[in-house]
This record gives sequence, structure tokens and C-alpha cells, in this order.
Amino acid sequence: MSTMMEQSTQTAHSDASPPLLSLNGIHKAFGGIVAIEELSLDLHPGEIVALVGDNGAGKSTLVKIISGVHRPTAGTIRLEGRETSFADASAARAHGIEVVYQDLALADQQTVYMNMFLGRELTHGPLRLLDRRRMIKDTEALVQELDVRIPSVRATIRDLSGGQRQGVAIARATRWASKLVLLDEPTAALGVAETAKVEKLILALKARNIAILIISHSLDQVFRLSDRICVLRRGQQIGIRRTSETDKNETVSMITGLH
Amino acid sequence: MSITERGSQGARATTAEHETGRTKVSSVWSRLQLQNGIVYLGFIAIFIFFAVMLHDDGFLTTRNLTNIVLQTAPATIMAIGLVFALSAGEIDLSFGSTTAVAALCAAMAMQTMPALVGVFAGLGVGIAIGAFNGAMVAWLKLPSFLVTLATMGLFAGVARTLTDLRSIPVINDTFTGMFGSGDLFGVPSLVWWTIGAVAAGHIIFRHTPFGAHVLATGDNPRAAQVSGIKVPRIRFLVLTICGACAGLAGLLYAGRLQAAKYTLGESDLMIVIAAVIVGGTALNGGKGAIIGALVGSLLMGMLNNGLILMGLGVSDQMIVRGLIILLAVAISLRDINR
Repeated sequence: MSTMMEQSTQTAHSDASPPLLSLNGIHKAFGGIVAIEELSLDLHPGEIVALVGDNGAGKSTLVKIISGVHRPTAGTIRLEGRETSFADASAARAHGIEVVYQDLALADQQTVYMNMFLGRELTHGPLRLLDRRRMIKDTEALVQELDVRIPSVRATIRDLSGGQRQGVAIARATRWASKLVLLDEPTAALGVAETAKVEKLILALKARNIAILIISHSLDQVFRLSDRICVLRRGQQIGIRRTSETDKNETVSMITGLH
Repeated sequence: MSITERGSQGARATTAEHETGRTKVSSVWSRLQLQNGIVYLGFIAIFIFFAVMLHDDGFLTTRNLTNIVLQTAPATIMAIGLVFALSAGEIDLSFGSTTAVAALCAAMAMQTMPALVGVFAGLGVGIAIGAFNGAMVAWLKLPSFLVTLATMGLFAGVARTLTDLRSIPVINDTFTGMFGSGDLFGVPSLVWWTIGAVAAGHIIFRHTPFGAHVLATGDNPRAAQVSGIKVPRIRFLVLTICGACAGLAGLLYAGRLQAAKYTLGESDLMIVIAAVIVGGTALNGGKGAIIGALVGSLLMGMLNNGLILMGLGVSDQMIVRGLIILLAVAISLRDINR
């Protein structure tokens, strides 16, 4: 019954545009412990899908599967219609999929611009020396475009506030993601004003026609940002709803299983 | 709950504003690669102190100043390796023993074979020991402190058994010219080696992706790993670089002293670590400076030289040097611990 409803929600959307990423019957078990029972989800360009559920529901596992850290035990992943299997996180990144981790994964004592290009530094000349000037210029342009307010792209990360750091992490994902950004609790540690800025950034990503999957514990945020909501409970996919066609009460009861 | 949160946010914001000013000043420093200005100030202060105090004892003579550079050449080369290791969040305690083994192997090889074989033997042994340390750390996931503490003792023992505690003379003129008494365009070869190693080290450290990956690995290994940096490979390579530098240092010792002995490099451990820390490299990774290590090493050499010229006995020298290193390290770390 609930599966039928999911199907209808998915097909309803796919009229608009073909899915960028299509997860079908994803099952993940660690030894005998099932993290995800069965999950099917389509992500479309320019769409924000919120992944909600209590702790241990399987949200982080799903992010790790999409980003290539884990491989699903069963099920298929299709990227732009082609069946794909990512060997590791680098493979997923090479396909234009970026993750903003909960801990941001920034090197605190390095500059903003070096973090922006961490592991993918620009070089010049036959000796492949770092092209700092170009990295600084690129970062400045990006930071300006996304309106991330930081004192300087030469500032070290530890001299930035929590919101500024989050801004840098999202800007980095924006720089490299051509297709999909996964956000794991992007505003969990932020104050009200900084959260608003980060949400603006996320909407800017959406405007660039990038698909976004966001994990959030804040239902207010989920309803502010998302187009669809996918609810997980203890590894079970409870359902997918269009945000405009549901409300917080229904979502809460889906998350908790209480009516 | 939300009030405390807001409070800490506010506090954080003001700190950030406060530090914006500081960042501007410090970015000038860092652009000049002078991340840790204190080592330069300390160097100048101690230089002036000795120049005044020891004016009549020949401190300022060209001969004495050149001597300082020549004597510190091996320590400077070891310091370059250590900057890579510390910046990557690792440490090498075995470079002193490696230096001795490398010098001995080079000297033994040259008893019957040409200089080139000696050079390859010394460097090869250094690289091999470094690669051994690196492999244990990178792939067996053992802490570098413990691995190199063990190999420090192990190779100190090897150096002793290799020659039965005897010293091996180096009488190969080509070799002693290249790594010791010779000169090129009137500049002693040891100075050339120092300049060459510092320049190469600085370029690799500051201006290549590899250097950036070393810093990122020491700063936040998880961030480095999810950014596609092969963290174990970096850990292996920095310790291998340490071994290679120790091997080269061994060649310089063998060339300058025209002999190799198991005691070579024995007393360098503390001095080299101090030179590197004073020069602005963080003990816990993520921050390093090759030029700073050079100046730190020269500072240690100058201190050594000055204290001898002042007529201090060996035990007094050790006490004064220990105190000065303590002070210098405390000042250099002040910035890191804020």
C-alpha cells in the first residue's frame, strides 16, 4: 500500500525531468545487522530532497552508499540512466557527486583557498607547482558569487566562525559538484542567523540545477527547503511525500511510527 | 539552552572580528614565508648578544661564522626531513641512528669501491631505513613515535656491531671533496649542500601538491582522506624523506670528518627537534616551515659556538642550551596554543 504511494509520487515527478540518480531496491547489511531494508529513491536536477528519520534510521548509511564509501548489499544505482557502482569516494566525486560532512572535513590550519582545492590543487608549469594565484582568484570569485562572507580567502579556517566554516564547506561542494550534493546536518551546530545564510546557499545550489539530498533533524528547515521528503525508520523506507502535499504532523508520525 | 548557544555564538563572532585584523598582519608574514617571526628575532637577538659579548673572542670573524654554517649542515638537512614528518603529524626519532648507519655504510663501501658507490650506499641505507619506518606507520598503522623509538635503538645497535665500535677512515678524495672540505666558486661544498637541500625542501613543501597533502594529512587526516588524498602513502613518504635526509647528513658527516663512527648523529636528536619547533613547525602537524628550520638550526649552531667561546664547560653548556631551547619553544608554541 505505502509502496504504491511512493511509486506514484516518484512517477509524478519524473514527468518533469528524468532522474539524475535513481536508487532501486537498495539493501545494506553490515554482517547480520540490516542498516537499510529496502529503499528506492529518485533525485532530480534542481530538486531538494530531505532525508528524515530518527537516529539509527539509516540516513548516514544511505549518504555513504551514494557517495561511494559503502557499496549496497543489493539493489542498483543508476546515474543519468546508466547503472553505476562507485569503487570509492573518489569515484563518486569524479561523477560530480560531492558531500558536505557533518564535521565539514576542513583542514583547520590551512587557508580557505587551499581547503577549497584540497586534493585537487591547481598547478602550472612542467614541475606542476601550485598555482596559488589562480586558486585564490577562483576561490574569491566563488565566495563572492555565493555571498559567503569571510574576511579573506587567505584566512585560515580556525580563524572563521562556525557559519563561515559551513559556508566554506558548502562552497567547496558547489565548486566541484556538477550533479549532486549530499548535505549531512548542515546547520546542526549553527545559530539562527548563520542557519539562514547556509539555507540561502543551499537554495543557490538548487538554482544551479544541482540535485540536493539533505539530512536534517529540523522539520522547520525541511519544510522551508525541500521539494520532497523521504522518511526512514529503523532501516525501513516509510514513504516519500511532496513537501507541499504533507504537513509536520504527518511527517512526525511517519518518523516515529505513532499516530 | 538557546540563550547559552546565542551567547557563545556572539563571543565567537567577536573573536572572529578581532582576529580579522590579526589575519591581515599575519598574512603578510605568511606570504613572505615567515610564518614564525620569532625565530628570526631570536636569531638576530642572540647574534647581537654574542657579537657584543664575544667581540674579542673572534665570534664575528668570517672563519668562525663559516664554521657555524659548516658544523650545522648535517643538522639542517635532518631538520628538513623532520619538517615533513612533523607537518604530516608523524615524528622520526631514529634519524640520528640512521645518520650513523648511513655514514658507516658509505665509509665501508669506499674502502674498496669508488665514491659513487659510497654515495649510493649511504643514501640507499637512509632511504631503506626511512621506508621501513614509513611502512610500519602507514600500513601496519603503528604510531610513528613508537616505531622510530624502537628503530632508533635498533639502528644505534646496528651501527655499533657493524664496525665493532671502531671508526672507519674515509680517504677517498673525490668523496671528501664533494661532501666535506671541497668548494665550488669559493663556496664550501657543505654550504652548497645546505642551500640545495633547503631550496629543494622548500619548493617541495610550499609549492607542490605533495607539500599541501602533507600539511592536510597532519592537520586533519579524515578531511585529507575524504578529499582523495592517499593518507597512508603520505605517511610512508614523509618518513622515507626523513631517512633520505638522514642518509645525506651521514654523507656530510663522513665527508667533513673524513671518518665514520657509530657516535655520529647521536647528539643531534634534541638539537634538530628544537631547531624545527623553534623554526615554526607544529609538533602535532598541519604547520611547517623549511626556511624556519634552517634558521632554527643556525640558531642552535650559533648557540653552541657562542657558549664554547664564552668558555663554558660542557655541563654548563648543556644547562644553558636546555634553558634557551625551553624558552624558545615556549615562545614559538604560544601562537599555536591560543
